[in-house]
Amino acid sequence: METKKTGIYLCQCGGNISNTVDLPKVTEHLKKNNDDILVQEYSHMCSGKGQQLIIDDVKKHGLKKIVVASCSPHFHEKTFRGALKKAGLNPYVLEIANLREHCSWIHKDIPEIATEKAKDIVDASHSKAELDFALQEKKMQLGNEILVIGGGIAGIQTSLDLADSGKKVTLVEKLPTLGGMMAVLTKTFPTEDCAACIISPKMAAVTDHPNITLYTNAEILDIAGHRLHFEAKVKIHPRYIKSDIDMDQCLICNKCTEVCPVSQPNYWEQGVIDRKAIYIPAPHAIPYRYILDTENCSHFIDNSCSKCVDICPQQAIDFTQEEKIVDVAVDSVVVATGYDIFDAMRKPVFGYGKFKNVVTALEMERIVDHISEAEPPRKIGKRIAFVQCVGSRDEQIGNEYCSRVCCMYSVKLASLLKQAKPEKDIYIFYTDLRAFGKGYEEYYKRAQNMGIKFVRGKPSHFVENKINKKVTVTVEDTLSRNIIESDFDLVVLANGLEPNKASEIVADTLKLAKSDDGFFKEAHPKYKPVDTLVEGVFLAGVAQGPKDIPDTVTQASAAAARVIATLAQKEVPIDPILAFVHQDICDGCQKCLNACPPKAISINADGKAEVNEALCLGCGSCLESCPVEALDLHYYTNEQLYAEVSAALKFKKDNEKRIIVFADDNTTYRLIDACGVRKMKYTNYARVFRVPSVSRITPSLIEYAFAKGADAVFLGDSPVKASRFEWANAVTRKNMEVVAEKLKKLNIETDRLIFSQFEAKDLMKFISEINKLAELIDKLGSLSDEQKAKLER
Amino acid sequence: MAKKIKFTDKTTKFLEKIMDLSGEQVTLCEQCGTCSGGCPFVEEMDINPSQIMRLVMLGQEEVMESQTMWLCASCYTCTIRCPRKLDLSKVSEALRQVKLREAVDNIDIAEIDAAEAVKLPTIALVGNFRKFTG
Repeated sequence: METKKTGIYLCQCGGNISNTVDLPKVTEHLKKNNDDILVQEYSHMCSGKGQQLIIDDVKKHGLKKIVVASCSPHFHEKTFRGALKKAGLNPYVLEIANLREHCSWIHKDIPEIATEKAKDIVDASHSKAELDFALQEKKMQLGNEILVIGGGIAGIQTSLDLADSGKKVTLVEKLPTLGGMMAVLTKTFPTEDCAACIISPKMAAVTDHPNITLYTNAEILDIAGHRLHFEAKVKIHPRYIKSDIDMDQCLICNKCTEVCPVSQPNYWEQGVIDRKAIYIPAPHAIPYRYILDTENCSHFIDNSCSKCVDICPQQAIDFTQEEKIVDVAVDSVVVATGYDIFDAMRKPVFGYGKFKNVVTALEMERIVDHISEAEPPRKIGKRIAFVQCVGSRDEQIGNEYCSRVCCMYSVKLASLLKQAKPEKDIYIFYTDLRAFGKGYEEYYKRAQNMGIKFVRGKPSHFVENKINKKVTVTVEDTLSRNIIESDFDLVVLANGLEPNKASEIVADTLKLAKSDDGFFKEAHPKYKPVDTLVEGVFLAGVAQGPKDIPDTVTQASAAAARVIATLAQKEVPIDPILAFVHQDICDGCQKCLNACPPKAISINADGKAEVNEALCLGCGSCLESCPVEALDLHYYTNEQLYAEVSAALKFKKDNEKRIIVFADDNTTYRLIDACGVRKMKYTNYARVFRVPSVSRITPSLIEYAFAKGADAVFLGDSPVKASRFEWANAVTRKNMEVVAEKLKKLNIETDRLIFSQFEAKDLMKFISEINKLAELIDKLGSLSDEQKAKLER
Repeated sequence: MAKKIKFTDKTTKFLEKIMDLSGEQVTLCEQCGTCSGGCPFVEEMDINPSQIMRLVMLGQEEVMESQTMWLCASCYTCTIRCPRKLDLSKVSEALRQVKLREAVDNIDIAEIDAAEAVKLPTIALVGNFRKFTG
């Protein structure tokens, strides 16, 4: 049997490629210019049969390298790497020539030019494949540590599930007690069981669990790392109460609170009841400990009071306590940062903050909670209105979405109120009443049965009676078409949910994507609803989008299950596409030492540079620092890229133009793929090459591209905010300057070299920039042979 | 007595015509009633602004007989409050245009009493002529 070195497979893609690109012509071209190759054309290379073709040929012809000319590597690179493994080859001796997204789909109307371009693309991949070598996938050990951010019901449930399964959990809560928003609620719909009674045992279980470390009154400062290894900095704010198990321990005798002269609205009572400057947040607070509010404490304001310190029998109060910073290293992160209640002040027509008898639903939770007391903290009068969709489903304030809980919590508050005080006359003004959950429709009917009146109409505005402080609500009853203009003793605004502003730091530091509504974006709405696009980071609760308590708890358990499943792998393969040093070339000049921000490069015993693969992220930014090209990047080596560029330009005719595009794999390459998927046309001059980051493209490589006949070079990368490699763009800019200097000296227009940054949505931006560059080089013409010669390596 | 509505190509065409003239996607209206509740002229209207939206969506040309569109002062109270960001004043304007394109003259200059015509401000007369050029 005849042996061949390289197998090249041309995929027709059921016509997607072959209807535009003349594949037999490509085969002819390949065979004419290469001896040691096997070329096959097939309808669907990704099919089982297509893969078997490769496996059989490897065995039959002893193929050493494989090129598949098909769709984008982002679709089937994994598939074909699997086929290579089955064939007994190393998965990294594979190249994918992107004929579909980068050629046939965008050049449908110019099949002849597309065929020529296809030849260039396959030639480039083929020449790179010839220089491919086996790479070993190293394994990273996974540990048992998880960071859960947010101590509401979502974070609590995730933490408990994880801890019960034997994982070690660090739970960080911003407020001084666990419980989140649920700890503020009175009862829960539709069962009307007390919120505090359900959540308290779970809160207590967190503190009792040996596998959970709890930090309350603490915030995340920074999370470094990626891919199942994260290092978080947690700042723990002082409570100013000694907690050590010693003689000075606080006995919770409450003497400090009793003497404190300060009075402030209590968050856990939503201002319905006040608290002191030294206080226990709520009766069900966990940990059940005092906290000192330094913003309002007279000692911290003007040193005028020390009554609590003087009276404390245990000397447990310590004004000198300072914040602590704790480092936490974990394998996974669960983000359960919850929500903020919509600020009703942003809807001035409802007069919240201005009208005495307009309150938020969260305030109403507390009012209802105290309603049966002999002297309730707030009088509410007889006629009460609930107004739905305040800050939800309102594009005027920018929230298009439904908050999913307000309908039912208003039904709940109205029902509780009616049960406690049957004489109350209660109206609920709604646009659409959404009772979608289990038992919700029945609960809604029960409220109607109690005599609560549901009016279909969204109030337009309120007016306050200056004398009796009643609120006049103006609203169309959209069913009878009458305009209601009626006075109410109390109006309750059913405020929607918004993303937690305090979670911004988490979003920035973990580089988490957000949906249009501002909540964190899941990896896939259907089949990866609790994963994020960052490996090892999961979502639980309202952080991902508005949901009620049953859904939150369900999702929190789902997040825990996903963490357990992920960490159960015990080890994960590390992408072997990392930097390495040609030991025979390195002269030990040490210039690279400062070129690696994660500090992966060191000098070994032989005095030569060495890359620590555990730290290297594979960006390639360091390559330009090496004057002798000893530093290199696996799968994207200098030799490979020189060969690839040279091959793509080899058959360029004098009257033709070429733009060499280097695209970062994370954003720009995928964006160019997306242009293909949408059949968006752009200049046929472009030849696109995939790299982890364009900071890997050294000045000599850019110069080499010009020397080989490129009329322009286009570099595209992610913006710093979206990049895994924050430093990369600065390196690229420096490289650009070096090349620009050289071009200037040779009287070559520096406009021929472009560096641009793209977000995933910037399809039109890419097309307009690349077309403009094509127009420019049409005007400028090609470089002279003399200029090209001076740019040679 | 309840009126029976039948959906035909004609009802759809009327809706499309009003959406085309106004540039507003009337089908987006969720009938929350914010427009009617806030309209300073609603008490003078025979049907409410939200009903106009509803009838247009249902393709009911009887909406043309309503006085509501003539009472709309384009004060934009509804427009700045509509949670779906619909501009109702543009819908009113579209309805007025449809009516005006019928070129029905409500005033005949010749019939105006000469003594009264002298007192009428010129701008009022010009305004009237303009209205009928649509």
